[in-house]
Amino acid sequence: MSNQQTAAGPATESETAADADTILEVEGLEKRFGGIVAVDGTSFSVERGTITGLIGPNGAGKSTTFNCITGVHKPDDGSVVFDGTDITGQPPEKIANHGLVRTFQIARELPEMTVLENMMLGPKNQLGEDLWRSVLPGARRTVIEQEKTLRQQAWETLEFFEIDHLAEEYAGTLSGGQRKLLDLARAQSTDPEMLLLDEPMAGVNPSLEKKLLDRVHDLKQQGYSFLLVEHDMDVIMQHCERVIVLHQGAVLAEGAPKEIRSNEAVIEAYLGGDV
Amino acid sequence: MTDRRLGGLSERLEAGRQRLDELPRWKADLVVLLGAVGLTYLVFGVVGLLSGVSTNEITGFLYTVTFFGAVFGLLTLALNLHWGYTGLFNIGVAGFMAVGVYTMAVLTADPTGSPAGFGLPIPIGVVGGVLAAAAVGAVIALPALRVRADYFAIVTLGFSEIVRLSITSGSLRQIEFGDTVYGTGGGSGIRYTPVDSVVPWLLDLPGIGVAGDTLYGIAAAGGVSQSVVNRLLYALVLIAFVVVCYLSLQRIARSPFGRILKAIREDEIVARSLGKNTQLAKIKVFALGCGLMGLAGILWIGSRSLATPESFMPIVTFYIFVALIIGGAGSNTGSVAGAFVFAAFLWEGPRFLRTILRANLDTRSPPTIYDAGVDLLAADPMPLVGYFIGSLDELRWVLIGVVLVVLMIYRPNGLFGDRKEIAAAVDLSNRGGGSNE
Repeated sequence: MSNQQTAAGPATESETAADADTILEVEGLEKRFGGIVAVDGTSFSVERGTITGLIGPNGAGKSTTFNCITGVHKPDDGSVVFDGTDITGQPPEKIANHGLVRTFQIARELPEMTVLENMMLGPKNQLGEDLWRSVLPGARRTVIEQEKTLRQQAWETLEFFEIDHLAEEYAGTLSGGQRKLLDLARAQSTDPEMLLLDEPMAGVNPSLEKKLLDRVHDLKQQGYSFLLVEHDMDVIMQHCERVIVLHQGAVLAEGAPKEIRSNEAVIEAYLGGDV
Repeated sequence: MTDRRLGGLSERLEAGRQRLDELPRWKADLVVLLGAVGLTYLVFGVVGLLSGVSTNEITGFLYTVTFFGAVFGLLTLALNLHWGYTGLFNIGVAGFMAVGVYTMAVLTADPTGSPAGFGLPIPIGVVGGVLAAAAVGAVIALPALRVRADYFAIVTLGFSEIVRLSITSGSLRQIEFGDTVYGTGGGSGIRYTPVDSVVPWLLDLPGIGVAGDTLYGIAAAGGVSQSVVNRLLYALVLIAFVVVCYLSLQRIARSPFGRILKAIREDEIVARSLGKNTQLAKIKVFALGCGLMGLAGILWIGSRSLATPESFMPIVTFYIFVALIIGGAGSNTGSVAGAFVFAAFLWEGPRFLRTILRANLDTRSPPTIYDAGVDLLAADPMPLVGYFIGSLDELRWVLIGVVLVVLMIYRPNGLFGDRKEIAAAVDLSNRGGGSNE
């Protein structure tokens, strides 16, 4: 009973803020796989220009929630509104083109493409993505011009993420942490409004982790919004403005890191759960 | 002594490879392709001459090698676009060829023939055939691309067999329409004017006609008949098709569209998560490749005057896969080189070998290998050799198998598959500003 109360408390607070500047609004999201309810009426919102953490014990439905938001899964019920547009059930490519781009829990580099090729794939609406414009002699010139601009951007982004020394390696030869950086750099190169990072620190060594977090903060300064799934509590507590706790597919608590840390329902879910 | 000589050779090879790597990519490609073709011609020419095969036969072989090298080249390029680049495991190549060839045949066949056609000019037939193959490809792609990779392969194989069996089926064999009987002709096939008749027709045109007469005149002076001139010109037409397709596909490969194709092959979900409409790209690329397969079918089977369903057995698809694997999937240059090597050494090679052996050895071919074995026990190996020569067409299969096994062990990526072919319209290594180039 008290669970609901704590969950409701910060939610009402955030609703007033939501009207001010909400970038992502998830309402009553539901996803079932056969008899298993993975996401059970999750509702939360993310404010523009913040880093919001999404935590919860294993099997809480974090990744499924991510997949439903980004279109990898079609939600059975509920709605997802991004930047004023209802994106519920849209295919991933459409959602990405709205400016909501994700990275993956296990970094999904394109192994037999070089790091640079990976980066060049990112930018939206490239002229040469049109089949004929790439072939016809006159039109190809405009493609080449755009490619030069994109190449420069790609190198700059790689320098920003400090992986430019790997630019011409196959992405498959990178270490786990470097792949995570590449995943983030590639997502950023699409020029999104908001980034959804699925466990960006998993398997990343401490020095690289710091680098990754520094980049996230830099990007936040530039106005990007973040939703972050993470298991490392220190990271969540230190770097997130707001934290959403999922448990058994529903929001258990929501609020500032300090409130979450002292929330008894959260402690019980983490310690008393099957983890 | 031998060691030192071998060492020198490998050093020289290494130096040659380095020099090749230093060349601009397109020059290196040109060297590789012309080198492969030139070397093959040289081998056939020199070996043929040394072993006493007549010049006529040698030119005949060179023509056949060029012909098959070119049509296989078009097919491997198309398959490379599907499988090598986009990762679409299309094992229905023969089916799309059949759609192209039969459409062309029905459009151009004689209206009074049996089965009758529409009697349209050949160029219209060719364009119609290519468009039909592309359209069928697009239609197949809609449901087929929704299933996972292995099921996609089954769908395409099923499709190609459905096409072949439909052609044979009674309901499509003869379709009466008014007084004329149209249709596919079933197992006995459909007759039409072969597409290579365009060459003499072109040479007969006013304007070009003069050049044509001169050409025939020069050839006649050299003792070469008109039909041989026509065949060589048709080979040139085929080569022109290969060059145009190769260059176009290279441009696709080195473009943002090519990057999307590669990304689909590597991990489609990533491409979609970055905002790429992969479904549309796959349909486009599948239709394009199928159209190209239709074109290759028309240039190959269409240059005979009869199309039968036997020309489109699934084994044809297998040949194209072998050629592509030899060359190296994922590389257009490798595709063409692989097709040529396949056509020369695996397709025509055994027949060439038989011609050489027949010209030099007096062999009779015993009816079974048992008879040959009996003779071998009697210390007479010739019947065994004769038996093998007699069954070289079948031994081609053994040869293809051996080549595939050796390739998988020593060069699993094919001859050119391990090259970094960057999918971008500009040199990505150049990290300086864009506008000052």
